[in-house]
Amino acid sequence: MKARAAALARLALATLLVTALPRAVSQAPGEPPAGKQSGYAWMARETRAIQDDALANPGMLSVLDGEALWARKAGTAGLACADCHGDARLSMKGVATRFPAFDARLGRPLNLEQRINACRTERQAAPALRYESRDLLALTAYVARQSHGLPIAPPADARLRPHVEAGRAEYLRRQGQLNLSCAQCHDGLADRKLVGNPITQGHPTGYPIYRLEWQAVGSLQRRLRNCMAGVRAEPHPYGAAEAVNLEAYLMWRARGMPLETPAVRP
Amino acid sequence: MSGRVLVTVPRTARRGEIIEIRTLAQHVMETGYRRNEVGRPIPRDIVRLFVCTYNGVEVFRAELHSAIAANPYLVFTTVATESGTLAFRWSGDNGYTATESVAISVT
Ligand code: HEC
Ligand code: HEC
Repeated sequence: MKARAAALARLALATLLVTALPRAVSQAPGEPPAGKQSGYAWMARETRAIQDDALANPGMLSVLDGEALWARKAGTAGLACADCHGDARLSMKGVATRFPAFDARLGRPLNLEQRINACRTERQAAPALRYESRDLLALTAYVARQSHGLPIAPPADARLRPHVEAGRAEYLRRQGQLNLSCAQCHDGLADRKLVGNPITQGHPTGYPIYRLEWQAVGSLQRRLRNCMAGVRAEPHPYGAAEAVNLEAYLMWRARGMPLETPAVRP
Repeated sequence: MSGRVLVTVPRTARRGEIIEIRTLAQHVMETGYRRNEVGRPIPRDIVRLFVCTYNGVEVFRAELHSAIAANPYLVFTTVATESGTLAFRWSGDNGYTATESVAISVT
């Protein structure tokens, strides 16, 4: 199944190159096409139904795991997230709409996963959770779920600005053996197709998502690695500064759009 | 964590009414046909059987196989006959079991 999907994706890209060489990007560089739309808008009715129903959306199983972890003591400090942050429904409401955010002590932006891990290591005195591990995805999904329906609101923080700009440059940069930029697909070819599958505007509105192709929950960074591998570029390591900058730019690009965590994607 | 399950059943129903039951079980459903990065087969790990009983009487049973997606979602119906308990049981490879039960009041 997965090998076949990968083969299909390669074929898809080859076909894309032959049949759909990117049109001139008409909007300002790095700005989404007029009328921002979530990937949800391109999904089949059946897939939307899975996302919309909290009792059918498999991403909710991860949210529930996160809820359990929130209340569980960890590390040598013997503290749970709840011991400091109380009821996540109140304390974490809106938090995910503001990430990545600049961390003054570290002098760089942190995405939500890294922010959670900072609390793990510094406040709980527990080992950091591995990127893409079940527990880190669950905590991230649980925290982000508390912002469900709230508009993405990147902080107006001058220290974040250069990182958003670096992310934008990364988004516009052609890369990989196929020499394609993110913008060529998600701005220039949005609403066109890659072998039957729609190309969307590439907004990070639903992360962590439950992706049917993965048969699992995954982070935005995992999704971006798929796009990079798709153009045969070398993906950034998980949590790398370039990847966080790109995330910061994507959130800025999607500002105002409601969060859908946990979204379902094909 | 060996698997969360979510079950939706109407809490109340009229006698004779057809009720819809929805279940979602957290499970990887590893097919047994895939290989890992170094080419070794990944052992099969699937839910093999799901059974629903209504006051001890079996009303629905499903055998699951390798082609079924992760986190199997099953929807079925039964007739509300009397107040009591709907019990659900999933079982599969590597000693996997999960159970849940829900009370229903029939008037
Ligand atoms: C000992 C208390 C303590 C514990 C335990 C703790 N945190 Fe925190 N957390 C803080 C404090 C204080 C901040 C404020 C920011 C800072 O650290 O500079 C914070 C900030 C955060 C933020 C960012 C909030 C925002 O508005 O930007 C998130 C998200 C977060 N914590 C999640 C968690 C999670 C998830 C856990 C459990 C894995 C956890 N925290 C455990 C004390 C704690
Ligand atoms: C060859 C075309 C192509 C390129 C180049 C490409 N992507 Fe994608 N991307 C896709 C396709 C196809 C999907 C899956 C369907 C969709 O959401 O568009 C996708 C999905 C996404 C999503 C998920 C959207 C959602 O709704 O969850 C994001 C975010 C994204 N891409 C960002 C990027 C970024 C950032 C880059 C550059 C590093 C990039 N993509 C490069 C084709 C591409």
